[in-house]
Amino acid sequence: MIEIRNLSKSFTLHNQGSAVIPVMAGAALTVASGECVGLIGNSGAGKSTLMRMVWGNYLAASGSIRVGEVDVASAEPRQIIRLRRDTLGYVSQFLRVVPRVPTLDVVAEPLLNLGVQADQARNRAAALLSRLNIPERLWSLSPTTFSGGEQQRVNIARGFAHAYPALLLDEPTASLDAANREVVLTLIEEAKARGAAILGIFHDEVARDRVCDRVVDVRAYTPKAA
Amino acid sequence: MTAFDRKLPSPDRPLFQVQGLSKYYGSRIGCADVSFDLYPGEVLGIVGESGSGKSTLLSCLAGHMAPDTGRVIFDTAEGPRDTVTMGEAERRRLARTDWAYVHQNPRDGLRMGVSAGGNVGERLMAVGARHYGNIRDKANDWLGRVEIAADRIDDRPRAFSGGMQQRLQIARNLVTGPRLVFMDEPTGGLDVSVQARLLDLLRGLVREMGLSAIIVTHDLAVVRLLADRLMVMKGGHVVEQGLTDQVLDDPQHAYTQLLVSSVLQV
Repeated sequence: MIEIRNLSKSFTLHNQGSAVIPVMAGAALTVASGECVGLIGNSGAGKSTLMRMVWGNYLAASGSIRVGEVDVASAEPRQIIRLRRDTLGYVSQFLRVVPRVPTLDVVAEPLLNLGVQADQARNRAAALLSRLNIPERLWSLSPTTFSGGEQQRVNIARGFAHAYPALLLDEPTASLDAANREVVLTLIEEAKARGAAILGIFHDEVARDRVCDRVVDVRAYTPKAA
Repeated sequence: MTAFDRKLPSPDRPLFQVQGLSKYYGSRIGCADVSFDLYPGEVLGIVGESGSGKSTLLSCLAGHMAPDTGRVIFDTAEGPRDTVTMGEAERRRLARTDWAYVHQNPRDGLRMGVSAGGNVGERLMAVGARHYGNIRDKANDWLGRVEIAADRIDDRPRAFSGGMQQRLQIARNLVTGPRLVFMDEPTGGLDVSVQARLLDLLRGLVREMGLSAIIVTHDLAVVRLLADRLMVMKGGHVVEQGLTDQVLDDPQHAYTQLLVSSVLQV
């Protein structure tokens, strides 16, 4: 479902003496449907960079990133927009939403974008928020004022609202208590069972061992003498 | 033809194509060699500092100003047409039906001496609606959609707050079901809490009506939340364009890097 080949990336900092910083070279990995692959490597090794290139908000310098039928590395913006609506989900570490929009609508939005009826989308959102132990009295409030752990769970609910065939998870269990961590790991296992291809970053080793079928160490793709 | 019984555009055919558009003020560049395609349902943000040419470009796109060179092709009900070379009457009809233009200052887009309901109804009458009851019902419906209370329908916009005036301007523009909306700093001049509400409203309308929109702004936070794609202008030239979060998170051009790194973190 996800197939990365010979991927490289560098940053050119035009306003800092045009420094060119190579951050990745020759990256390659595949994630099959129903499989969860964990990215490992120390902080700064390029786990998030690789994830962002798959999502398409970082440009690849060379190589290919196939997600389903689309090569994200060379696709037109509108192909990536469609891919993100239908096929590829992303749970980032930070929630970014329009202020003052109720939590329930934040979670329902990916479904509304797919044309799902509003009441159906909100029912699905409500079910996920309940499972993730967000109290119902908070659903009508904007998540911008929530605690870090609550925002993280809203973000997860939003990421799991639609049954994406491919999912990117950036530290989905960070800042969660044991009970909520368990809910998230179960959601991941359910997504795998329905055939989702998942690429994730988990610093939590117990969580990683439980849901990941394989791990890929991104240090192998860090350019030497960078 | 009315605005209400049109065929749905094909999502794989551009709704709007701009090719090699330039506008000069004497020897000074307004905007130079701008090209892009916009597809149905897409929102394009145009950012840049004052004087970058973004407002000139929007005026040329919307037919308020004639470009010196270039083509601005719109997929009309009769097929793609160059709006630069079409007759004035035809372009005006397009501006009343398939297009809409939301001004930064609501006073430029509203009739301040006419009631809120009249402001919305007037657009409908301009495309041929005549039945008073229907017009009033539709105006009422739209005032509700932009969250203006029904008991304010007979009030004039000058009795409204800035945020309400802007929402009224949006209702007036969208009541005829346009396919392409031009917006010039739609949230400029509004305080941030009102801005947020307006952003949410615009996002909902874009989704429900399948609108395409071109939004000029200098506010990167606004485009991040509203635009699918982004175009960065400097000195009349497009220096970078792409997916909005890609341009903001991994800017390639020196100017975009400067622009993004200059934003204060809240």
